[in-house]
Amino acid sequence: MNRDDPSTAVAVKELRKRRVYVQVSRIAKARMAIVRAIPYLMLAIVSLPIVLMYLWLIMSSFSKKVLFGFIPSEFTLYNWRFLVAPLKMGVSEHPSIWLVTWNTLSFALGVSLMVVLVSTLAGFALSRFQFRGREEIMQMTILLHAFPGVTLMIAIFYVLYYLGLLDSLLGVLLVKASLEIPWSSWIIKGFFDDIPWDVEWSAYIDGCNRFQAWYKVILPLIRPGIAAISIFSFLAGWGEFIFLYTFIFSETHQTLSLYVKSIIGEFRFTDYGVLSAVALWYIIPTIIFFIFTQKGLMRVTIGGIKGGR
Amino acid sequence: MASIRLENLTKEFDRGRVVAVKDLNLEIKDGEFTALLGPSGCGKTTTLLMIAGIYKPTRGKVYFDDVCVNDVAPKDRYVGLVFQSYALYPHMSVYDNIAFPLRLSKIPKQEIKRRVHEVAKLAKIEELLDRKPGQLSGGQQQRVALCRALVKEPEVLLLDEPLSNLDARLRIETRAEIKRLQKELGITTILVTHDQVEAMTMAERVAVMHEGVLQQFTTPEELYDRPRNLFVASFIGDPPMNLIEVSYRRRDGVHLLEGEGFTLRISEEIARKIEENSPTGKLILGIRPEDIKLEPGEKEKENEQENGFPGKVFLTEPLGGSVLVDFKFGELTFRALAPGGFEANPGDELLIVPELKKLHLFDKETGKSLLDER
Repeated sequence: MNRDDPSTAVAVKELRKRRVYVQVSRIAKARMAIVRAIPYLMLAIVSLPIVLMYLWLIMSSFSKKVLFGFIPSEFTLYNWRFLVAPLKMGVSEHPSIWLVTWNTLSFALGVSLMVVLVSTLAGFALSRFQFRGREEIMQMTILLHAFPGVTLMIAIFYVLYYLGLLDSLLGVLLVKASLEIPWSSWIIKGFFDDIPWDVEWSAYIDGCNRFQAWYKVILPLIRPGIAAISIFSFLAGWGEFIFLYTFIFSETHQTLSLYVKSIIGEFRFTDYGVLSAVALWYIIPTIIFFIFTQKGLMRVTIGGIKGGR
Repeated sequence: MASIRLENLTKEFDRGRVVAVKDLNLEIKDGEFTALLGPSGCGKTTTLLMIAGIYKPTRGKVYFDDVCVNDVAPKDRYVGLVFQSYALYPHMSVYDNIAFPLRLSKIPKQEIKRRVHEVAKLAKIEELLDRKPGQLSGGQQQRVALCRALVKEPEVLLLDEPLSNLDARLRIETRAEIKRLQKELGITTILVTHDQVEAMTMAERVAVMHEGVLQQFTTPEELYDRPRNLFVASFIGDPPMNLIEVSYRRRDGVHLLEGEGFTLRISEEIARKIEENSPTGKLILGIRPEDIKLEPGEKEKENEQENGFPGKVFLTEPLGGSVLVDFKFGELTFRALAPGGFEANPGDELLIVPELKKLHLFDKETGKSLLDER
């Protein structure tokens, strides 16, 4: 490029002018940034109470005393002593946290497994088979899901009683799973709906029977859906309280939610330090679980997926 | 290999509210390449799926080599099927896709490996075996689907619009390749397509279907030269056959076809056939664009061998090797195919001279051909 060229000079002038424009637009940009920040700010304010609560939980679990109800002081691990030996409070001794955690884990995994097993079969049938009453069944499942499960408490009590499943985790597991299944079947049906018939037919022509087609070809294609329902049902099992509270009596069958409750219900006063430590212990697996599955969860839009390729 | 016979095959959906295929009778010889041709919704894919065993016929029977297979499950019919969408298993590698049918029939690993490589070599996709279907182009996916259908050495190969997702160039290549493969392997093959060029170039015999009913089942040449009814006539051929409403009249011992804005003199022989077969004399005249000569001049020619009628050029469409010349008669567009280099301007008067031996005449009511009942 030749600097003496008059056309170059014009171009340079033009560029300078634009620089002014660039400076002006910087102000505009700053303004834009503020405008964009507003929603974040509002969301931050709204979610502050929750964040603060968890913060308080973490801090109070590691401190000896809490001043004025919320300012922690003096670091200690004493509140976490339940990890080492069964907790003794007042006159009673709590069961080992490890047993309780194991109970909770097997309960949640059991619910999850049960739900996945039944829903993937039921969803497949609802999506692919033509049978009488199919529509009605689907409507009923939605209706069933609309009722709070708690209303069934007494009926369930009788059922468990006659089956000899009172005070057994298996009994509650069946109850919880059966309440989760209708909804999960609905979700997973949507995933089955998205599998093209061609793919299923291909499987039949290649030599599959119906079960093999379901198991070898279709299930792998709806993995995100299976991930979704297993995560949701696991969390539902992990967080379950009311049915466990009602149908489990012995301490050896306790789960974490009952354990937390029993600490709150300790006679006279509640040790908030221990309570927050146990509460934290209770949510740690959930957080770990979430970290590992969130990628899969984010890909899922309920009712269907694209791809799977 | 097997021959296939369809006997009064009928498929209804929605408790008989939709009839997809109606009383279909078809005999396909052992090792023959047959096409089912028709517009979308004509029941050709339904027929294919009944042959494959995916759909159960509402009535009628499917025979493989004189054995009724109505109640035989798809997996026991030894058919290979290539779907329009290819329907590959997205979670499996190409190798696993092709090996899938073999694994299901519990063939030893070494044998599977050998056969997969053999068929992959045949379709020239050996270097793709480790990939996932999502990483392949449409043409490659199509080959994989074909391999998966062929690897189990089926008795019958069914192809459902296998080329419609390929681009034009690839389609021509693949067309030839499938034809070559079929000849080499000698498998009884049924191709479903809506593309007449595909059907005519690949198949030995073509079955034209319309609204679930078989219209004509014969060789491509015959289909083109002697369409049995109006539907086949209008469906086969590109550019399509000119179809014009005419009425037959006899004046001073001369036989005439009168249409809107023209009259055409026809031979004694044709006239007799009209008189025999069509009492009303209301007819549809069919002339293929390539069976027309265009001559300069305005006066009607009137002799037995050659005669024509004048028309005004509406539009010319150069196609490269030839020129398509459009005329308008009232609402009707009439097309003639002139040799390349032909020049005419809109508004020019030309003499349209159809080759009388290649005329087609159909009854207006029934649509049946009057001349091609040979």
